Amino acid sequence: MPTTVPAHGPDAAARLASMADVTASDAALRRFLHGLPGVDAVGLEARAASLGTRSIKTTAKAYAIDLAISMIDLTTLEGADTPGKVRALSAKGVNPDPTDRTTPRVAAICVYPDMVATAKEALGDSGVHVASVATAFPAGRAALPVKLADTADAVAAGADEVDMVIDRGAFLAGRYLKVFEEIKAVREACRRPDGSSAHLKVIFENGELATYDNIRRASWLGMLAGADFIKTSTGKVAVNATPANTLLMLEAVRDFRAATGVQVGVKPAGGIRTSKDAIKFLVLVNETVGDEWLSNEWFRFGASSLLNDLLMQRQKLSTGRYSGPDYVTVD
Amino acid sequence: MTQTKKNQQPQPAAQPKPGSAFAYAPAPESRSVVDIAPSYGLFIDGEFSDAADGRVFKTVSPSSEEVLSEVAQAGEADVDRAVRAARKAFASWSALPGSERAKYLFRIARIVQERSRELAVLESLDNGKPIRETRDADLPLVAAHFFYYAGWADKLAHAGFGPAPRPLGVAGQVIPWNFPLLMLAWKIAPALATGNTVVLKPAETTPLSALFFADICRQAGLPKGVVNILPGYGDAGAALVAHEGVDKVAFTGSTAVGKQIARTVAGGSKKLTLELGGKGANIVFDDAPIDQAVEGIVNGIFFNQGQVCCAGSRLLVQESVADEVLDALKRRLSTLRVGDPLDKNTDIGAINSAEQLARITALAEAGEAEGAERWSPACELPSAGYWFAPTLFTGVTQAHRVAREEIFGPVLSVLTFRTPAEAVEKANNTPYGLSAGIWTEKGSRILSVANQLRAGVVWANTFNKFDPTSPFGGYKESGFGREGGRHGLEAYLDV
Repeated sequence: MPTTVPAHGPDAAARLASMADVTASDAALRRFLHGLPGVDAVGLEARAASLGTRSIKTTAKAYAIDLAISMIDLTTLEGADTPGKVRALSAKGVNPDPTDRTTPRVAAICVYPDMVATAKEALGDSGVHVASVATAFPAGRAALPVKLADTADAVAAGADEVDMVIDRGAFLAGRYLKVFEEIKAVREACRRPDGSSAHLKVIFENGELATYDNIRRASWLGMLAGADFIKTSTGKVAVNATPANTLLMLEAVRDFRAATGVQVGVKPAGGIRTSKDAIKFLVLVNETVGDEWLSNEWFRFGASSLLNDLLMQRQKLSTGRYSGPDYVTVD
Repeated sequence: MTQTKKNQQPQPAAQPKPGSAFAYAPAPESRSVVDIAPSYGLFIDGEFSDAADGRVFKTVSPSSEEVLSEVAQAGEADVDRAVRAARKAFASWSALPGSERAKYLFRIARIVQERSRELAVLESLDNGKPIRETRDADLPLVAAHFFYYAGWADKLAHAGFGPAPRPLGVAGQVIPWNFPLLMLAWKIAPALATGNTVVLKPAETTPLSALFFADICRQAGLPKGVVNILPGYGDAGAALVAHEGVDKVAFTGSTAVGKQIARTVAGGSKKLTLELGGKGANIVFDDAPIDQAVEGIVNGIFFNQGQVCCAGSRLLVQESVADEVLDALKRRLSTLRVGDPLDKNTDIGAINSAEQLARITALAEAGEAEGAERWSPACELPSAGYWFAPTLFTGVTQAHRVAREEIFGPVLSVLTFRTPAEAVEKANNTPYGLSAGIWTEKGSRILSVANQLRAGVVWANTFNKFDPTSPFGGYKESGFGREGGRHGLEAYLDV
């Protein structure tokens, strides 16, 4: 197995270049993606369900709750977002539980591009990143120059991370190379004048890709194009992150690292609302890819209401009492 | 077998990687949900009683060697008394309308569901299998079996065995220790639904859940003598199958004992079904869904510590993907959690008995001596009790003992093949014929290979999937007769 390099590091490009033959043409890319092992839906879901029965108690639960909090991309993606809302959310992300300063901060605040500057200012040097959705999120139905401008705008406003959506229409039409080239172009648009780059998360919208075979192909396609993270969904369609589709993407990053040495992160997003759910996802990480993905550098939750449930469970563990929703802040 | 009273602290579940950041804290299921009496009697004619000769034996927890209880040991006189009780009960039980018998079976099924947590803990203690399996597999299937056959009781005229199929009489049933309560359900549910009465002998290492079932029969108000439970050893089983008052013999267990039973009943009028050993082939083609195939391989051979007659104990993997599959399999085995069966996160529990452990150990040693390459993940085994690490043998050929003999333990023999024809030939090259698995994304290959396999159950892209509606049974030395489904009624009807 090749030595591991992070997808967001300087050495990843050379590793991906070694796979250039499979992305050389639409035909080559199709042959490669369609040559990946199939996914048996029943078996995949059964495995995810069986890992869902793990019983995480006491010290393990405390560890998992803090880890989950530190992995949250605390998200607000509403038409009604205002600077006030974003500032409040940022304050919450930096200091999730005012009654307990040992509570870890979240990984990032995730907003629309026009709110990046506000979030950046509110977060200051707290260490909490600003993630911005881009590329005509959530539908992705815009011309490439518009998507690239959207991305560049977010990066210029200070986004540390960009969450792009793939062109599902092109993917479902079998135009894999178009999707590939678009991701590469967005990756270029993530570059800052100083040569550094905003981290790129590639959203597949699993609910629209519909089959597990498609999700596996999209995962490899995204990683070959240089994704730093692969992300399940926008949170804007009926089916978002599920244990099964997240397990499948974890298998993909595991296999991609075994093949190329490049380590890519995974972000399930949408529909993860309870501590119990979050812990189940962490069990999937633990038993599929293990320790090396158990940090917010490699695994994130795209979520909004999840944080408060984690905080309530955290208070319960530390005080022995369940205080209820009035004891966590509503931002 | 050493039988020492141990303290009742559960052992810590072994961690797959001691240095892991996300180490699961112990999550033991509470033992207090089950109240095991210090001693149990035989259950004959609705009452618990001592054995005629007063003999008793101890049943131990295989994970700690702790003595759980002392159980009356049935002998020939007890067998005779139980068969008479069953015979006496048969007249009125078989005369009940099917809908009335169904009521009892539905009641039993519901009580099993209500007491499932208690029974799951009990089964895990007495057998050594993980609570995750008793809770999620054994107990739901037990209840499902009673529900399913309850539904048949008033529809026998429509089962395809004539307008009014009659029961046989008294069924003598001998069951193994690997799924004590589930095998009891497989035997008792169809027997009662069709109007027979039952004398059942559980295995000597796992008598407790059958005795709890006796209590459930009383709780359900089942008429006396319809179900009789005789804990005991092989001599009691032999006396039962030989008893002239028995009309039907059903046995699940080893092929050697099955052959003895077949000889015993030969020439008489007893109806016989045997469900015996197996050496199931799990065939992985190069176009298989690899991740799910790996799960299926693990489930096929490590479910219940491999102590499953239909275990997929031979992995036949196409040579072109053998390395990839083996790497993935080894990686997966390294995450298996071996340890305290009552810990809810345990994947692999204890081997059922010292005797079985010795047999597994001897066959694994033979595998090594014959030149196969042995591999186990790093895992710490508890110091007390009977334990065997999950084991793979690679470089195995058809000539190795580990490829031919039933090991009945967590030991997988890996063989390779080049073409579908070779896979079928190797899969069928065994005296057994109970189960097989096919892994491929190609539907036409599933159908063609399944048609050529000489096995009673063929799973496609899954393994060890059980359902009361599906008939189960063997070809060749894996036995005859079918249990489960409509087919399972036939063994208990005079047709």
